[in-house]
Amino acid sequence: MPKTQTSESAPVVHKRISDPLPVQMVLIGLTLLFFIGFIFLPLGLVFAEAFSKGWSYYLESISEPYALEAVKLTLITVAIVVPLNAFFGVTAAWAITKFNFKGKATLKTLLDLPFAVSPVIAGLIFVLLVGSRTPFGTWLGEQGIKIIFSTPGIVIATLFVTFPFVARELIPLMEAQGRDEEEAALTLGAKGWQMFSKITLPNIRWGLLYGMILCSARSIGEFGAVSVVSGHIRGQTNTIPLHVEILYSEYNFAASFAVASLLVFLALLTVGLKMILEKQFQKNSFHH
Amino acid sequence: MGYTVFYLSAIVIVPLSMIFFNTIPMGWEPFLHAVTAPRVLASYRLSFSTALFAAVFDAIVGLLTAWVLVRYRFPGKQFLDALVDLPFALPTAVAGICFATIYSPVGWLGQTLIKYNIEIINSPTGIVVALIFIGFPFVVRTIQPVLEEVEQEIEEAAQCLGATRWQTFRKILFPHLFPALLTGSTLAFARGIGEYGSVIFIAGNLPMKTEIAPLMIMSKLDQFDYQGASAVALVLLVISFSMLLLLNAIQEWQQKEYR
Amino acid sequence: MGIELQNITKKFTGYTALDNISLNVASGELVALLGPSGCGKTTLLRIIAGLELPDSGKIILDSKDTTNLPPRKKNVGFVFQHYALFRRLTVFENVAFGLKVLPFRERPSRSAIQDRVEHLLKLVQMDWAIKRYPSQLSGGQRQRVALARALAVNPKVLLLDEPFSALDAKVRQELRRWLRKLHDEIHVTSIFVTHDQEEALELADRIVVINKGRIEQQGTPQEVYDHPANAFVYNFLGNVNVFHGRIKNGKVSLGTHHVDAPDELKYTEEKPSQAFVRPHEIGISRIRSNQADLAGTIREVRLMGGQIGLNLECEGFEHAIDAEIPRDLYLNLQLAKGEKVFVSLNRVRVFTGDYEI
Repeated sequence: MPKTQTSESAPVVHKRISDPLPVQMVLIGLTLLFFIGFIFLPLGLVFAEAFSKGWSYYLESISEPYALEAVKLTLITVAIVVPLNAFFGVTAAWAITKFNFKGKATLKTLLDLPFAVSPVIAGLIFVLLVGSRTPFGTWLGEQGIKIIFSTPGIVIATLFVTFPFVARELIPLMEAQGRDEEEAALTLGAKGWQMFSKITLPNIRWGLLYGMILCSARSIGEFGAVSVVSGHIRGQTNTIPLHVEILYSEYNFAASFAVASLLVFLALLTVGLKMILEKQFQKNSFHH
Repeated sequence: MGYTVFYLSAIVIVPLSMIFFNTIPMGWEPFLHAVTAPRVLASYRLSFSTALFAAVFDAIVGLLTAWVLVRYRFPGKQFLDALVDLPFALPTAVAGICFATIYSPVGWLGQTLIKYNIEIINSPTGIVVALIFIGFPFVVRTIQPVLEEVEQEIEEAAQCLGATRWQTFRKILFPHLFPALLTGSTLAFARGIGEYGSVIFIAGNLPMKTEIAPLMIMSKLDQFDYQGASAVALVLLVISFSMLLLLNAIQEWQQKEYR
Repeated sequence: MGIELQNITKKFTGYTALDNISLNVASGELVALLGPSGCGKTTLLRIIAGLELPDSGKIILDSKDTTNLPPRKKNVGFVFQHYALFRRLTVFENVAFGLKVLPFRERPSRSAIQDRVEHLLKLVQMDWAIKRYPSQLSGGQRQRVALARALAVNPKVLLLDEPFSALDAKVRQELRRWLRKLHDEIHVTSIFVTHDQEEALELADRIVVINKGRIEQQGTPQEVYDHPANAFVYNFLGNVNVFHGRIKNGKVSLGTHHVDAPDELKYTEEKPSQAFVRPHEIGISRIRSNQADLAGTIREVRLMGGQIGLNLECEGFEHAIDAEIPRDLYLNLQLAKGEKVFVSLNRVRVFTGDYEI
């Protein structure tokens, strides 16, 4: 039988050059030292302080009415901000990766803006836009609508700060996937919406989920921007981080750290979910 | 498409332009006066220098961490890798109160340091500590993928040509990682200039000494000096935009020359 | 500056990559390690370079035992399949790298480095690209630069790991001839790894055929091609027709057909055998000139440049037979699909025993 040789790389995985063991130990040691000082120590501290006055005080601190109000306000904010920004993120990523148009580069740069803008400035711009001393704000006030120093202000400022997250996650993903599958679907007679829900969405679902998790984490934790627009009215316009700050500045450290520990839990959850999602995503891309 | 543009303008462009509309009526003289007041200048200088120190430190530690996470195998590696993102995920205010407590004169580290007359809280050093924490993931996460992509053959080639491990790193790997390192630390730097939540707790906010620029905006707002706040913000914004442009330039340069 | 490999064995988890390999390469020789992928040839090359350590055995380079030296002390030149040029360095800096990392006392002066690099780049015909970056060069050009870089340190031996396999066919052939010419000029002891029998036959002074971590045969291209030591080598060195049959009473059965067994197998007892015939060693004619000729029908005609490939179905044969004939003959005989012809097997090689690929 005629036989042709095909070229393929050898199945052997050759050993990777590595550093001498002592060097490895020293470098790993240095890294660990940094992690201990900058990551583990703060984490440990939160819990040590939070429980410094015992369990019952901890539970009391996180279940007192003001704390609950803060949690409620934060949840409302997240519930509004995340869907809006997720929707925006998908459309923006869609527009940027699947179409060619003038000003695409500008649009991409604008997406990054909130990353580069100080959170305090993010708050400031909304005070300038709709605060009670501006013409627009005065007019709104006459209509009985209050934005700054109330919930809508907090929501809008959070929208600004968190709006790039979903788009930023999706753009590289959608760029890597290209248009082939969509074009194939179109030639098979799929309509725009069918194409999106059957082809695009399953492809980006992990990225979308991860973007939304980041977005929620930041919405819950945003401090600077919210601090500017909230007015710090207890029980009304205090989010969790603002509540932490007030307790802290009142030298009620145990309560402050107790509430902060809730945020730490959420942060750890975010980080853990990220790890799981990344694995999921790797598995997924192997199947493609 | 239309929706994207509309949303973008409603949430980003229109509000941001308010900074300009609030500064323009001021006129040049008062504007200059507002942004060159000694207290404001001191705050710029402080924000700048602390962010720079933190970025440099992050560059070193970030490179180290990325190297260890990509190259070595040791128990708990995945755990560390995941925790790199913690500064992203942890609310800045929580980070702020943590560092303030750790380094307070009665805190875990503060009580030891005070014996050697090292004061971290209420000093620029404290600000740098907070900013290091905030900027750290930016450096690690930009270097990691680049380091992972380095082909094994490149290092083998250098070795066969007689280079020691250190020469290989210095002459081949480091130049390779440098653009990513620069991007990462620029991100950390940009973030550091604008950072507010984590800093105010540890800084002590003493006028002329430990008052950062975003805090200046805050205190002007508290006094209902909207124009002054806008003026200070405008300068910060211009700096941030230049950082962003610089970043784009770095990335383009990187792609053009060597791809 | 010869190389002597003594009983090299290397095991990876689960299988043996190299099984007791011994090999001598004379000074100035150009040797090809030929074998299918995964046969261990690349591992052997990496062990010579010091990139991998053998489990047992010795590597004698220039009459010194270098088995446990790290790669940077071995003074070998290594050319990689994917070039492995330093992306951030110019062509000049790439080639100069090996000189610049020498310890201070051994390092040549700036101008000496400059001269050497220019000389080498001229040698590989890349002097025009001295200031470029690797990304601005084509694959073939990059591999030339990689070769100059490997030669810069005056290596005792040059190792090339499938140096042309990432290039397209035309460039590959060009570079192959050019490398042969270059080797005739500079005479550096060289070992190259390939899975391409044509490349090995054309380029090497000597071919070492490796399969499953063992050396199957070594010799000049002529020897190996004309007198393959076993079925594997025969099969690997070119296209063949294989006939499974039995050897009995000095005759070998091919389907219903019989041919005389070769002398050394004349008197063996009955056992399974394989007979091999290369496509170009098959004769085609319109008339039966010999009793042994087979009657066949042309199933398929393929144009293969100067040769014509025929796929034949012969009486008494289970599988189709491939033949290659010159174009002129094809035109003279006015052959076409479906025509009946007579087929003669001009040269049959018979092997017995186990044989796997």
